Amino acid sequence: MILTKTIPDFATPVHVDQVGIEERASRFTKRSIKNETKINGLMLALNMIDLTTLEGKDTEGKVKQLCYKAQHLHDAYPGLPTVAAICVYPSMVKTAKTALGNSGIKVASVATAFPSGQAPRDIKIRDTKFAVQNGADEVDMVISRGKFLEGEYNFVFDEIAAIKEACGEARLKVILETGELVTYDKVRKASDIAMYAGADFIKTSTGKISPAATMPVTLVMLEAIRDFYYKTGKKIAMKPAGGISKSKLALHYLVMLNETLGEGWMNNEWFRFGASSLANDILMQLMKQKTGVYQSANYFTID
Amino acid sequence: MAKALVEKKRLEVLKTYKIYIGGQFPRTESGRYYMATNSKGEYLANVCLGSRKDFRDAVVAARNAFGGWSGRAAFNRGQILYRIAEMLEGRKAQFIDELTRQDSNKVQAEKEVNLCIDRLIYYSGWCDKFQQLYSSVNPVASSHFNFSVPEPTGVVAAIAPQNDSLLGLVSVIAPIIAGGNTGIVLASATKPLCAVTFAEVLNSSDLPGGVVNILTGKVAELVTFFADHMDVNATVFCEADAATQKMIKEKSALNVKRVVLYDKVKWADETGQSPYFIMDFQEIKTTWHPIENIGGAKAGY
Repeated sequence: MILTKTIPDFATPVHVDQVGIEERASRFTKRSIKNETKINGLMLALNMIDLTTLEGKDTEGKVKQLCYKAQHLHDAYPGLPTVAAICVYPSMVKTAKTALGNSGIKVASVATAFPSGQAPRDIKIRDTKFAVQNGADEVDMVISRGKFLEGEYNFVFDEIAAIKEACGEARLKVILETGELVTYDKVRKASDIAMYAGADFIKTSTGKISPAATMPVTLVMLEAIRDFYYKTGKKIAMKPAGGISKSKLALHYLVMLNETLGEGWMNNEWFRFGASSLANDILMQLMKQKTGVYQSANYFTID
Repeated sequence: MAKALVEKKRLEVLKTYKIYIGGQFPRTESGRYYMATNSKGEYLANVCLGSRKDFRDAVVAARNAFGGWSGRAAFNRGQILYRIAEMLEGRKAQFIDELTRQDSNKVQAEKEVNLCIDRLIYYSGWCDKFQQLYSSVNPVASSHFNFSVPEPTGVVAAIAPQNDSLLGLVSVIAPIIAGGNTGIVLASATKPLCAVTFAEVLNSSDLPGGVVNILTGKVAELVTFFADHMDVNATVFCEADAATQKMIKEKSALNVKRVVLYDKVKWADETGQSPYFIMDFQEIKTTWHPIENIGGAKAGY
C-alpha cells in the first residue's frame, strides 16, 4: 500500500453510483441476526450512543437529568454499558461535565453557530474555544453548507482546519448536514474535504433537517473513510445522527459498518449514534430478550 | 369482439384474506397461512396464520392510535360507530354470503348481520351518554368540587368468541372503541372470513388506522402474548377454558392488566349488549378541584 499525504484537487468532480449505493445499503437490512448476536449488537449500539439534547428550551435541570440517565440507563438490568457521550450546546458543557464526574462518559458539544453555521469565522472559533475551555471532550462543528454549495471548497477546508486548531486536544466531529447537500456526489466530496482538513469524525446531520441520517448516505461516508484510510493510513470515525430511533435500524447500521470498514471500527472510539430516543428502544429490546415479555415505554425513563 | 368477451368463460377473482394492522392490510410477517374450511370440510380460503410479531406490531399501532382516539369528542366517536354500521349495511350481501359458506344458513346469516348492524348503532348511541350514568359528584367535607368520571383504560387485546364469525367479533369490538380505547382482536380461527371483511368495513368508516387491529391465527399460539405484553392494559377472553383463563390471569398480573372474561355471555341475546360492556374497559378518575365555598353552605353568589 502506497500512502500519500497529498491533498487532492477538490475542484475535480467525484461520482457516486446512486443506484449501486442504495441497492447495497438495502442489502445490509436483510441479514439474519440470531439472538445472542442480537443482544451483543444491542449492547454495543447502546455503548455507541451520543445521548443528545439540542433544544432551545434546554435547561441545566434537563441536562443533569440526561447525565443521570446516561449513567443509569436501566437499573433493573444490571451490567448494562453506559452511553458513549452526552451531546449538548456549549452553554451546557460545564453542567454536563460536573454531572458526569468521573463516570468515563464524554461530553460532546456542538459549536460553530450550530445548527445553521451562519456566523463569521472568528465567532465560530470563539464558540469552539468556549466549549473546549468548559471541558468538552469532543466538538461537533457544522460546515458552511452555503459556501460549499457555491463551490467555495477552499473556504470550507480552511474553516474546518481552523476549528480543528481551536479544538486543541478535543476530537473534532464535522457535521456535513447531508440533507442540505442533496446528492451523494456532494456528500462524498464534503466527506473528503472534512477528512483532509483534519476531522476526527465525519457526521451526517444536525438532526434539525429532514432527511437526517439514512443508510445510503452513511454508506457513502463510510466508503469515503475506507478510501481515505487506504490512501493515508489514518482512521476516521463516523457518526450518523438523527432519525435512528429503532434498535433494528441500529443493528442494520452495525452490519453496514462491519461489512464496510471491518472490526477495527466496531467500538465507540470509531463509531457513534447521535440519538435521543434510540437508547430507550434498545433498552426495551434488551429487557424483552431478558424477560421474554414485550415491554412498554411506561416502565422506562423519559429522556 | 365485445360480444365474444361477454360470452367467454371467466375465472373468478378470489380475495386474499389478510390481517389488519394500523389501517393497512399486510400479510402476516411470518409468511405462514392455514386453510380455513367449514364443518363439511369444504375449502373456504387461505388465511394468514398470525404470529407473535404481528401481535407486537398491532400493539404498537394501537398504542400510537390511542392518544388521538381517546382525545376525540365522545360525540365524534359515536358518529364514527354509526358510520361503521352504515358501511356494514351496504355490504350486507357479502357478509351473508360468507356466513353461509361458514356453516350458517341464509335466514340465520341475515339475522346475524342485522343484529351486528343494530349493535353498532346501539353502542354508537352510548358513546357520549355512558359517562353521565357512571360519573358522579361526590360530597366531601372540604372546600373542593369533587367528581369522578370514567376514562378509557388504554390498549385492549381481545380474543374474539371462537364459535361465531361476526356477531361475537362486533360485540367485543364495539364497546371497547365506544369507550375511547384502542384494540387488537384475534378473530375466530375456524370462521375467519367475516373478520377480515369487517376490517375492510372499518377501513372505509373514518375510523383512524390502528384503533382496531384484526389478526387471524391460532388462539393457543398467541394467547400468552395477549396476556403478558407489558403495553397492553386489558385482555378479553371469551372461552370457558379454565386452564387458559388461569394462565391469562397469572400473566396479566405482570403489569396489572384488567382481565375480562366473557365465557358466559350470550351475544345473540338482549343481555349481549349493555353499557356495562363499555364500563369493563373504563377506569374511574376522581378530581379534587379547590373552590371557595362548599356548595349550599352560604346563600347566594
